[in-house]
Amino acid sequence: MDILLVLKKGYFYIRAEYPIAVEHIQKALEVCYNLGLCGRNILGTNFNFDIELKKGAGAFVCGEETALIASIEGKRGMPKPRPPFPAEKGLYGSPTCVNNVETFVNIPIIINEGAENFAKLGTEKSGGTKIFSLAGKTKNTGLVEVPLGIPLAKIVYDIGGGALNGRKIKGVQTGGPSGGCIPVEFFNTPVDYETFAELGSIMGSGGMIVIDDTVCIVELARYFTEFVQKESCGKCVPCRIGTKRMLEILEKITKAKAEVEDLTTLEMLGNYIKETSLCGLGQTAPNPVLTTIKYFRDEYIAHIVDKICPAAVCKELIEYYIEPTKCVGCTVCLKNCPVEAIEGKTKQTHKINILKCIKCGICFTLCKYKAITVKQATIYATENKN
Amino acid sequence: MEEKLKEIIDVIRINKLSYLEILQLLQEKFNFVPMDYLNKICEMLEIPKSKIYGILTFYSQFSTNERGKYLIRICDGTACHVKGATKLIEMLKRNYHLEDGKTTQDKKFTLQVVACLGGCFLAPVCMINSHYHGSLDENKLKNILESLK
Repeated sequence: MDILLVLKKGYFYIRAEYPIAVEHIQKALEVCYNLGLCGRNILGTNFNFDIELKKGAGAFVCGEETALIASIEGKRGMPKPRPPFPAEKGLYGSPTCVNNVETFVNIPIIINEGAENFAKLGTEKSGGTKIFSLAGKTKNTGLVEVPLGIPLAKIVYDIGGGALNGRKIKGVQTGGPSGGCIPVEFFNTPVDYETFAELGSIMGSGGMIVIDDTVCIVELARYFTEFVQKESCGKCVPCRIGTKRMLEILEKITKAKAEVEDLTTLEMLGNYIKETSLCGLGQTAPNPVLTTIKYFRDEYIAHIVDKICPAAVCKELIEYYIEPTKCVGCTVCLKNCPVEAIEGKTKQTHKINILKCIKCGICFTLCKYKAITVKQATIYATENKN
Repeated sequence: MEEKLKEIIDVIRINKLSYLEILQLLQEKFNFVPMDYLNKICEMLEIPKSKIYGILTFYSQFSTNERGKYLIRICDGTACHVKGATKLIEMLKRNYHLEDGKTTQDKKFTLQVVACLGGCFLAPVCMINSHYHGSLDENKLKNILESLK
């Protein structure tokens, strides 16, 4: 037997919020130990290899290798500057190989089937297959395994079955909060590491969230920035303060208080954070904002200049309104309004008191007659007329 | 308390638990990290309180407040977010006066907004204690909560 690496101990690091994954690995480890595939003298050889399961404690940054190591050591999950790389000096000071479980799973396939056979699938630089978590606004959702290099459209339309409720798909957010948003125009490009990088996104977590026209791109960018800002460990300044400043600007945009110059500031901040952050979290944190400004600039402009949220999501920019011709006076909305903002009598047209309305959208969802519509908020509508 | 504390200290010593694992042990045992126990453990094992406090506040898994009978974990990961998780959170705020990390006065429900529960294909998802509930809307969640005693 040829030995490439002498390893003594392995760890599964799994998020505590994934109890099913934890349970499955625990069972699998039990089985392996019972069969003698783990532990001492594996299959009668002198090779020893123990595997332990460590549960994460809820910190996004622990996906970064040096932070993950700190977390296994029982410390705060803060990244360290590299070098030294974990391969030289990692867990408890020993050389450590940190990889995603999915990456390791490819190794037995390569050994058993041969590298050439493995590389038959996929592209020249991105060989093999990749598992994606297809979710969001498509008919079919779930885990999908595809050969790398297939067009994005095939995943979204053929496997995902296309848009829900006849809506229009706008794009796909790939790679989680560190990834970017790829618009429909690029759906024919192949799914591989290089192409995603060129588009400003990443493969990352393997998440593929399909977005349709009911999702506000600016609000989504705000949501991702809020998340990375909260999850920033605070060690380096660009990530700690930079993401906070980006978040403040995005909040201004979703509240119709921004100016066009704010977009330039956002882009500038984003690029600085990318270039100067210590670890992967900060280096990728601006991706959602930068890609959406690049590909969905018109939606930002609509919020900033026209004070319109095209997807009718940003509360400050919308108003609910009852279409008098459609309202039959069934009182369903009136009874369910949490703030008694709807006035009217049975079988008479109802009216929404804008001053009381908290824009929760309950009436909008409940109305069977589709009498409730979303329109641009009155204050901005008059402003635009002037 | 004395007996329970001794038991915990023994577990820590035998398994040589790290600071993080001590906190995970307390969190699993009590459903929150009781500060009186933690302080005693620090004194007995000569652990600097500052160190353990740094870890306690870093990870979102830990809570120093007592939790309700039912822990509602609402997923606000990307897939759940675009499928209306915000509306579920707003409903809980409105109808149960819950906020992230807060417990209802009758100690029945505690709300925790989490980043991802790994059930993206059933979005929006929540977990109530150890049970998953998927494809939620405001009414469905309300009915589930009302069926809990």
